[in-house]
Amino acid sequence: MSMDGTVPGAPGVVVVGGGIAGQAVCEAVRELDALTPITLVCAEPRLPYDRVRLSEILVSGASCETLALRPAEWFTDHHVGTLVGRRVVEVRAAERLVVLDDGAELPYTALVLATGSDALMPPIPGIDQPHVHPFRGPEDCDAIRDAATTARHAAVIGGGLLGLEAARGIASQGCAVTVVHLMDRLMERQLDAGSAALLERALGMDVLFERQTAEIAPDRLRFAGGDELEADLVVVSIGIRPQAELGRATGCAVERGIVVDDGLRTTVDGVWAVGECAQHRGIVHGLVAPILDQARTAAAAICGDTTAAYEGSIPSAKLKVSDVPLVAIGATDGDGEVVSQDAGRGVYRKLVVHEGRAAGAILLGDVRGAEALLGLVRRGDEVEDPLAVLAASAEAGPAEWSDDTQVCDCNGVCKGQITAAVTEEGARTPREVMAMTRAGTGCGSCKATVVDLVALAAGGEVADEPAYLCPCKRQTREDLAAVVREQGLESVSEVSAACGTGRDCGACKPALAYLVSEVNANRHREERHARFINDRVHANIQKDGTFSVVPRMYGGVTTPEELRRIADVAEQFDVPLVKVTGGQRLDLLGVKKQDLPAVWEALGMPSGHAYAKAVRTVKTCVGEDFCRFGLGDSMGLGVELEKAWEGLHTPHKVKAGVSGCARNCAEATIKDVGLVAVGEGRWQVRVGGAAGGNVREADVLATVDSRAEALRVATTFLQLYRENADFKERTYDFVPRWGLDRIREEVLGEASGAALRERFRLAKAAVTDPWLERREPYHPRQFTDLDDEPAAAREPAVVGPPEEALR
Amino acid sequence: MIPVCSVDDVPAGEGRSIDVEGRRIALFNTPTGWYAIDHACPHAGGPLADGIAADCSVICPLHERRYALDTGAPIGHAGGPVATHRVQVLDGRVCVALGEDAGADDAAPAAAVAA
Repeated sequence: MSMDGTVPGAPGVVVVGGGIAGQAVCEAVRELDALTPITLVCAEPRLPYDRVRLSEILVSGASCETLALRPAEWFTDHHVGTLVGRRVVEVRAAERLVVLDDGAELPYTALVLATGSDALMPPIPGIDQPHVHPFRGPEDCDAIRDAATTARHAAVIGGGLLGLEAARGIASQGCAVTVVHLMDRLMERQLDAGSAALLERALGMDVLFERQTAEIAPDRLRFAGGDELEADLVVVSIGIRPQAELGRATGCAVERGIVVDDGLRTTVDGVWAVGECAQHRGIVHGLVAPILDQARTAAAAICGDTTAAYEGSIPSAKLKVSDVPLVAIGATDGDGEVVSQDAGRGVYRKLVVHEGRAAGAILLGDVRGAEALLGLVRRGDEVEDPLAVLAASAEAGPAEWSDDTQVCDCNGVCKGQITAAVTEEGARTPREVMAMTRAGTGCGSCKATVVDLVALAAGGEVADEPAYLCPCKRQTREDLAAVVREQGLESVSEVSAACGTGRDCGACKPALAYLVSEVNANRHREERHARFINDRVHANIQKDGTFSVVPRMYGGVTTPEELRRIADVAEQFDVPLVKVTGGQRLDLLGVKKQDLPAVWEALGMPSGHAYAKAVRTVKTCVGEDFCRFGLGDSMGLGVELEKAWEGLHTPHKVKAGVSGCARNCAEATIKDVGLVAVGEGRWQVRVGGAAGGNVREADVLATVDSRAEALRVATTFLQLYRENADFKERTYDFVPRWGLDRIREEVLGEASGAALRERFRLAKAAVTDPWLERREPYHPRQFTDLDDEPAAAREPAVVGPPEEALR
Repeated sequence: MIPVCSVDDVPAGEGRSIDVEGRRIALFNTPTGWYAIDHACPHAGGPLADGIAADCSVICPLHERRYALDTGAPIGHAGGPVATHRVQVLDGRVCVALGEDAGADDAAPAAAVAA
């Protein structure tokens, strides 16, 4: 094995190609065999994404990450090694070895070529100009989207499915666009003349038919025959070319694509090919459903099933351009057909019959019954009365479908499996059902149907989509909190053992540490391995591995004595930078980890918590004492607020501000919690403000008559946020998510408010200054590496509020 | 094998760094055994010993790049691997053998030996 260390594990299955096919092969092999090492080599600089939904990037500017087929954790959890942004340059089939672009060698027992296809770019003069783009990858989408914002007129060459999606995407950017098509109708492979004409009308786009582009000039297309079309942005989408080069170089037989048998085997021993690069029984499939069928068969064959056979697929396509529902299944023509057409409503429904059997269907404008018709065509059912069959298909809703009606074509999931996930396996939401059955996770066009079926199986409305605390647990914050409460769990390890997969992914450990502490009113068994380094040494890690220290300075108010001490410490420990933070505190930057205990000792000030998910600072203006305009004691209230909240951990950092008048020098209206004096002793309490990547003006929660009431309302809100926000959810996301009305109800309600304040009191009673650990470290090496002197050991203890605080 | 510390020197579930023959390595004490990798994250030099370790991987504290502790392979990102070193526990002492090409980029990955 190569010694560059990039190659995880022993020889196993190596999949070349990070597209839908490559992903599907990894998943199918893993389903059959939990142990075989799998390595996925992705030439694109990202993990596999859903190329079928590519036009979403064009329309909405969505990032490619939103199209990821699986989150990065999936690969970890399923032990699939990934080599991203790397290319296979050579296959040495005799040695069962692939060579990567950097010279690394990767041994395999089975090699799967899932290299996909490239956009077909015909040798038209001028096609290599910068204003001409293929429509194939996220980079193409970004380039087209950018160009569409300034282009005067765009042309899309190709009136197939992808071409139409590209055209709609360009039009959505406000750019005039014309589709140029060689044939006499749109999507001629999937549609007949009648439906194509209706589609053209429904799309409302300019289309030029039977035009062959002879030349692309910088500002126009010139067609064979002489006429021209103005275009300073050109997208070419006339088809795909199987990417068979690697297969050819490997010695596989290649015709249009890499030739494979019914087991998806190429002509080279130990090498399979799946997806758009493969040619099966003379056909290169470019749709998701057949590719996933192929992946499943290939996986079975790789795992030793000699009978696994792929026998071809009935092509079916769903158009994904906005509001034009369209499903095309199988053949467009046969020896018999019935059409139900309502041109006024833009509805066209057709059933094609050949030799007495269902052979194809086209549904435009009204796609009810598509699942049933696809089943009919796929099985090749005998059709005695086509008219009756077509009429009946529109009548049947999901409730009437038989259990073997296929809902998700991409993943071959039937209604019965979805129902069973709800009734037998206890799934409660569409997302859980999708994760369990994979329905709706391909092209996504059946998601709405999946939601309907889940509701049907659950006997009514479905629950809201859950926000999991971590994908490794597949449980929400509320679910986990309930388990912590019911089982009396006191530590992260206990939560991990009791919930989810029984192991930690690591990424969620700090969230669990907060949860177990918050649910137990701060009384919990503290495990530092679950904490981020900042919370293990109570300082903020910097890019060079040193730490910054921010002593607490209530309300931003200090004294000459404190300033002197801070200055002395800075000199004593050679602190390279002293800076005033954005929250009016002094920051000592560049302190070595092993010096932290001594720095605190010398400072003798409490921790500013500038490193933690905790209450950070309360920024204040000078207020009524000195300011000419001050209407309230902002400094005094700020100090009081900070002392009341000091040391409390929160789902995310909390920054507050108190302004003495509407001039708002403390910027209280863009803080998580802001208090603003409005005169006559009255204070405005604002929540959910932000001045980060998004600027959000804080909402006014209440305007109250006294300083004490302002403190009370703000504190009640803080506790509501502490108990209900997701980990790492700032108040500016929490407040709009919950809604101001509901927050007011809870915070200002007499009983609910009192309960929140009582729980706040308990949590606050547990607060200690973490900097006291300088004298009593939780481990002799809390602050030292192995070549530094450790502190003395001490026994671990339960931390939390004193017993009397718990009554 | 070079003895580097006692088994009590690294808190359970955490990592600590040490200089071994001029090379800064990070040593992890995890429920599945001891692991040693290079201390500096290949991405931006982050101190990996300060990361959160779980499930035979460590997450760098600076930019959350994750690496397998046993193979050094990057997990979920496109960066390069981190070099790994062999670990053995003998009579309560943790011992490390640096990768064969210590100092080169392609030090041999070697599985850690569980305690």
